[in-house]
Amino acid sequence: MTPATLYGICAAALVAIGLFGLILHPTPLRKVISFNLIGSGTFLLFGIAARRGAAAGFLGDPIPQAMVITGIVVAFAATALAVALLLRMLEAGAPTVDGSPDTPDDLSP
Amino acid sequence: MSLAVDLVMVLLILTTAVWTILVRDRRDAVIAFIVLGLLLSLVWMRLMAVDVALTEAAVGGGATGLVLLRACARLLPVEAEGALPGLRLQLAVGALCALVAAGLSAVILAPVDPAPTLAPAVAAHMDEVGMKNPVTVVLLAYRALDTLLEKVVLVLGLIGVWALAPDLFWGGRPASLRAATPSGTLDFLARVLPPVGVVIGIYLVWNGADHPGGTFQGGTALAAMWLLIMMAGLGELPETRALRLRRLVAVGPALFIAVGFAGFWMAGGFLSYPPGLAKPIIVAVEVALALSIAVILALMVAGPAAKEPER
Amino acid sequence: MSLLLHLFTVAAVSAGVFFFLAGTVGLLRFPDTLTRLHALTKADNLGLGLIVLGLLPQCPDVTSALKLVAIWALVQLGGATASQLIAEFARRDGGGR
Repeated sequence: MTPATLYGICAAALVAIGLFGLILHPTPLRKVISFNLIGSGTFLLFGIAARRGAAAGFLGDPIPQAMVITGIVVAFAATALAVALLLRMLEAGAPTVDGSPDTPDDLSP
Repeated sequence: MSLAVDLVMVLLILTTAVWTILVRDRRDAVIAFIVLGLLLSLVWMRLMAVDVALTEAAVGGGATGLVLLRACARLLPVEAEGALPGLRLQLAVGALCALVAAGLSAVILAPVDPAPTLAPAVAAHMDEVGMKNPVTVVLLAYRALDTLLEKVVLVLGLIGVWALAPDLFWGGRPASLRAATPSGTLDFLARVLPPVGVVIGIYLVWNGADHPGGTFQGGTALAAMWLLIMMAGLGELPETRALRLRRLVAVGPALFIAVGFAGFWMAGGFLSYPPGLAKPIIVAVEVALALSIAVILALMVAGPAAKEPER
Repeated sequence: MSLLLHLFTVAAVSAGVFFFLAGTVGLLRFPDTLTRLHALTKADNLGLGLIVLGLLPQCPDVTSALKLVAIWALVQLGGATASQLIAEFARRDGGGR
C-alpha cells in the first residue's frame, strides 16, 4: 500500500466525518465547520490523483494541484460569506435552529 | 518505515477530525479545525504538493480559522450547545457516513493502471512560458481562465459580504478588529512583524515563478500583516465606500480581463500570450492579483460595514 | 567528516524532539494555563532551536541555512507574543482552565 492510497482512505474517512457533523449538528457554525471538513477530504482525494499521476519528471500531476489551490481559496470565500450571513441573521433576530428553540445561538451585547 | 509515519499522520488527522465534530464547546471545535488545517498541510507535503501545502496552511488553516474564531467571539456561550441529537439518530447517520466512506475507499483502492495524468502535456510546452514551477504555469498560462473566474468569485464573495450590511451602514467602516483591552505585546508584534511579513509575501509571489509559491500564498501573507496592524489598533479599517479601496479590489481582476481581451489582438485568442512575452505579462498580472487578493481576503475577514459612513 | 555531520544532525534533532516531548507532557500534566505556557515556550524554543541547529549541516548552501535560522527567529517572535497574550488574558480571567 503506497502512502497515496493510505491518505486516500484518510480522505474518504474525513468526508464521512464531515458529513456526520453536517447532518447532526443543529447550530449553523458547527455545520460550516463540518462542511469545511468535507471540503478538505475532497481536496485530499484530488491530491491522491495528483500523486498517482506523477510523470514527465514531476513528482505530482500539476493540474489537480492547481484545482485544489483554486478550491481552497473559493472554500475560504464561501466560509466567510456563510459566517457573515449567520451573524447578520442573528442580528436581525431570526431563529437559527428549526424545532429546537432551547439551543439558540445568541449574539454578545 | 515511512509508511509508519504516514499511518501516524492519518491517525492524528482522523482523531482531530472526530474531536472537531464531537467536542461540546464551539471555540474548541474551531481551534481543533485550525490544528487540522496545519496537519493537512503536512499531509500535502508528504504528497509532494508544496504549493498546495502553502495554500492550505495560509488560507485553509489560517484565514478560515480566523473567520470562524471571529464568529465564535461574537456568539454568546450556551450550555448544552454542540450536543448532538439522540443515540439512535447518531447511529443511523453514522451508518450512512460509513457507507459513503466505504464507497470512496473502494474507488481509491481500485486504481486505474496506468494512472491517468496530464503531466506530460504540461511538460511539453513549459519552455515556451519560461517558468519552472509547473503549478504556476498551469494556474496562469494553461488554465488562466479558471484563475480569472476564481478572482471574479472572490470579488463577488466580497460584494456578498458587504451586501449584508444594514442599509443605514452601507459604505461605512466594518466592526473594529481591535481587542477590548489594549495590549503592549500585540502593539510590539504589529510594529516588528509587518515589514518582515511584507517581504515574505513579496518573496512568495516573486518566487512562485520557478519554485513553490504564488499569488495566493503571498497575497495571504500580505493580508495577514494588514489584519495584524488593524488588530493592534495601529491602523483603522477603511470605509467600504472608499474609492481607493475599491480600486485596489478591482485592479487584479480588471488587469487580468484586460490581458485576456488583449490576447485576441496579440495572439489570436482570449487569454493567449504572444510567444516570448508570456513571462513578463504573467508576472505583471501576478503582482496586480497578489495586491487584490491581499485586500479582498483582509476585507472578507473584517466583514460587512457596522458603522454609519462619516459625513 | 560527513559522517560526523550526519551524527551531529541525528543527535541534535533527537534532543530537539525530546524537548518537544517534554513540552507536550507539561501541556498535558500541568494544572493551569500559566504553568502550561511556561512548559510550552521553554520546550518549543529549545526544541525548535536544536532541530534547526541539527538541520544546518544538511543545507546545500548558505541561503537555505539563513532561511532556517530566519524561520526559527520568526517562530520565537510569534510564540513569545502569543504566550504573552494568552498569559495576560488568563491572568485577567483568573487563572484560566
